[in-house]
Amino acid sequence: MTPRRRRMTLVALIVLGVGAATAFALTAFQDNLLYFYSPSDVSAGKAPADRVFRVGGMVPEGSFTREPGSLEAHFVLTDYAHNVKVSYTGVLPDLFREGQGVIARGRMGADGVFVAEEVLAKHDENYMPPEVADSLKKQHQKPPADGPLPTT
Amino acid sequence: MAAELGHFALILAFCLALPQAFFGLMGAHWRRPHWIALANRAVAGQWVFTLFSFACLSYVFYQNDFSVLYVAQNSNSELPTFYRFAAVWGAHEGSLLLWLLVQATWALGVAAFSGNMPQQMTSRVLGVLGLISAGFALFILMTSNPFLRLWPAAPDGRDLNPLLQDPALAIHPPMLYIGYVGFSVPFAFAVAAMLEGKLDSLWARWVRPWATVAWMFLTCGIALGSWWAYYELGWGGWWFWDPVENASFMPWLIGTALIHSLAVTEKRGLFKSWTLLLSITAFSLSLLGTFLVRSGVIESVHAFASDPGRGLFILSFLGVCVGGALALYAWRAPLFRSNAGFAAVSRESFLLFNNMLLVGATIVILLGTTYPMFMDAFGLDKVSVGPPYFEAMFLVPMLPMVFLLAPGMHAAWKKASFDSTKKILGLLLGVAIVLALAVSVGAYGWNSVMTVVGLTAAFWVAGAALVDPISRWRNGHSLPASIIGMSVAHFGLALFIIGATTVESYKEETDLSLKPGQTTEHAGFEFTMTKVEDVDGPNYQAVQSEVVITRDGEQVAVVHPQKRVYRVQKNAMTEAGIDAHWNRDLFVAMGEPLGEDAWSLRLQYKPMVRFIWLGAAVMALGGLIAICDRRYRKRVTVDEGAAAAAGAKTA
Repeated sequence: MTPRRRRMTLVALIVLGVGAATAFALTAFQDNLLYFYSPSDVSAGKAPADRVFRVGGMVPEGSFTREPGSLEAHFVLTDYAHNVKVSYTGVLPDLFREGQGVIARGRMGADGVFVAEEVLAKHDENYMPPEVADSLKKQHQKPPADGPLPTT
Repeated sequence: MAAELGHFALILAFCLALPQAFFGLMGAHWRRPHWIALANRAVAGQWVFTLFSFACLSYVFYQNDFSVLYVAQNSNSELPTFYRFAAVWGAHEGSLLLWLLVQATWALGVAAFSGNMPQQMTSRVLGVLGLISAGFALFILMTSNPFLRLWPAAPDGRDLNPLLQDPALAIHPPMLYIGYVGFSVPFAFAVAAMLEGKLDSLWARWVRPWATVAWMFLTCGIALGSWWAYYELGWGGWWFWDPVENASFMPWLIGTALIHSLAVTEKRGLFKSWTLLLSITAFSLSLLGTFLVRSGVIESVHAFASDPGRGLFILSFLGVCVGGALALYAWRAPLFRSNAGFAAVSRESFLLFNNMLLVGATIVILLGTTYPMFMDAFGLDKVSVGPPYFEAMFLVPMLPMVFLLAPGMHAAWKKASFDSTKKILGLLLGVAIVLALAVSVGAYGWNSVMTVVGLTAAFWVAGAALVDPISRWRNGHSLPASIIGMSVAHFGLALFIIGATTVESYKEETDLSLKPGQTTEHAGFEFTMTKVEDVDGPNYQAVQSEVVITRDGEQVAVVHPQKRVYRVQKNAMTEAGIDAHWNRDLFVAMGEPLGEDAWSLRLQYKPMVRFIWLGAAVMALGGLIAICDRRYRKRVTVDEGAAAAAGAKTA
């Protein structure tokens, strides 16, 4: 092979490699995009039935139940307009509690109960996941006021 | 009083950053030695005042002065003394002051260790660093002043976030900042070279130690953060592809590319404009990381406060720095053409591939991290990109990079033949495959092809890293520190890959419910919960359980996981019980009470997980050895010195 030819082959190989990698990247990207829905969206049937997605809202007081000694927990997520029932088996995050905003990742079960694979609640008592705050605002509900000191 | 003094010192530091910038840049431009000397003084002064300001803030924390708003928000009279100092950088305002102190210290370092550089170069570098310091000081004074008073004073403080009350996390931010801010030095060097219109091998030799030190600290900072997340967050994971982690990882990847590209620029005078671009990018990504973390566009334990004003300031600052540097680059880059050639198979092409693949990996992460923000900013769907995307896509550039590393280390400059190393590299690859199969199939059991591929790569790199030092030592050749450093760092990478591959392939995790007296079996070990009791800490109450771990009837370990509730913030915190062993961790974390004495427990078996952080530490050690190389300490060459003197005379 002449040097020129060899260089062209090298360039072609690189282009091919980069192209394949990009195609792979975009597919992986599409497959791993997680969409966020509010309980109202879910009630309206906007959420996909066959894909993992995230739903977020407040956990109302008194909605949390668990069989004594069992890892399976049930609770409700609400945006004060609509509710979604959620079930989750496993260790809940430290900051999970009633009266606080959480996000659950999972899929919709056939019985209308959202089966969560992961529950996120990594915020302090003055803070809410922005998605949850937004969807609450849409429902004309004010998020709870700040703590005793002003937050900067 | 201390708060006011600190505030005043901070204003003085800002005031000194301006002349540092002006006299540094203009003194070099108009060749005025007096101005250059003045810039040097300003550097020292700025450092002294920033240090004093920082000391004042530490003092008000030590004093529990809750009339200072920042102290009231982040400390408490019950907080142990050690954490009162760590609380100084426990939130936004103080961590920016730490940033400024680190920035001033780097500038002082450049001024102190510039004996082998022409004065004008040093002066320009210090000038650019002064501009950056001024920007950050202004940012603190305008949007994030830690010295603001609270009136009336709070009776007690709101306490440091319990997540941050941990020794590893107390030193994680300083390490990370030294790394982040450290990349401002190569950035300043790049801008200085572009202003000067001259970039040669000597320039690369000056920049290399600075880039390597910054990279070293960033490596340690990221590893500490990962280690902390592993034992403190209670999930037992070591990397979550969280936007904040990604924000620190992107400058690291580009920094890694930069130290490799600098090697080519120093040795062969090639890749000049590419090296400049990487220097600019590494610091830009550090700033971008700060923007992501500070502006509240992403939420996490790091996003202390969401204040649009701050985000806007950092974004504008980023725009000025990056925009200015890139404009300068567009104007000046054509000056830095190199006409040396190299063959398709040579050290240069291996390093070129290394750079392309590292940049590719950065683009993958940048896309996944910023895409959800763009979607949100334009009011489209609310989305997030899951870890599986990062896990799959990160390997696409990284796997070929690791396999190219073994031959790349032994390729000669200009044109590589591999005549002398073909045999040994082939032999090592064979040994690596056998070892990988022995470990994956023999010791742990078949998992997947990727496990074998990953381990093969790691063993091959580990072996190849040792070939050069051993053969030089046996033949009695000299063994410069730079070669030892390179070998050690690559060996560290191999250790990291062994850890990451093994733990991701063979970890065993389960959540279950256990009562005192009950036993469960997990990953070949028996876990017995013997008791649950209440314990009191200095500023928290905890429920502590005792879990006895046995294997075949013999006791392996006793761990004491805790569930803590800190008295002030009332947040529950998980303190995992970990039995660490060189080749595996047993991890027990308490979940919540399930009623009837039962607790939910998370049990994990993590083989080789220690190698992840060990590998990172060894990589950083490699960097440390490399900068000890003798050639970085050589004085300036004769004609360089003469040229500088001539330049000074004309002024």
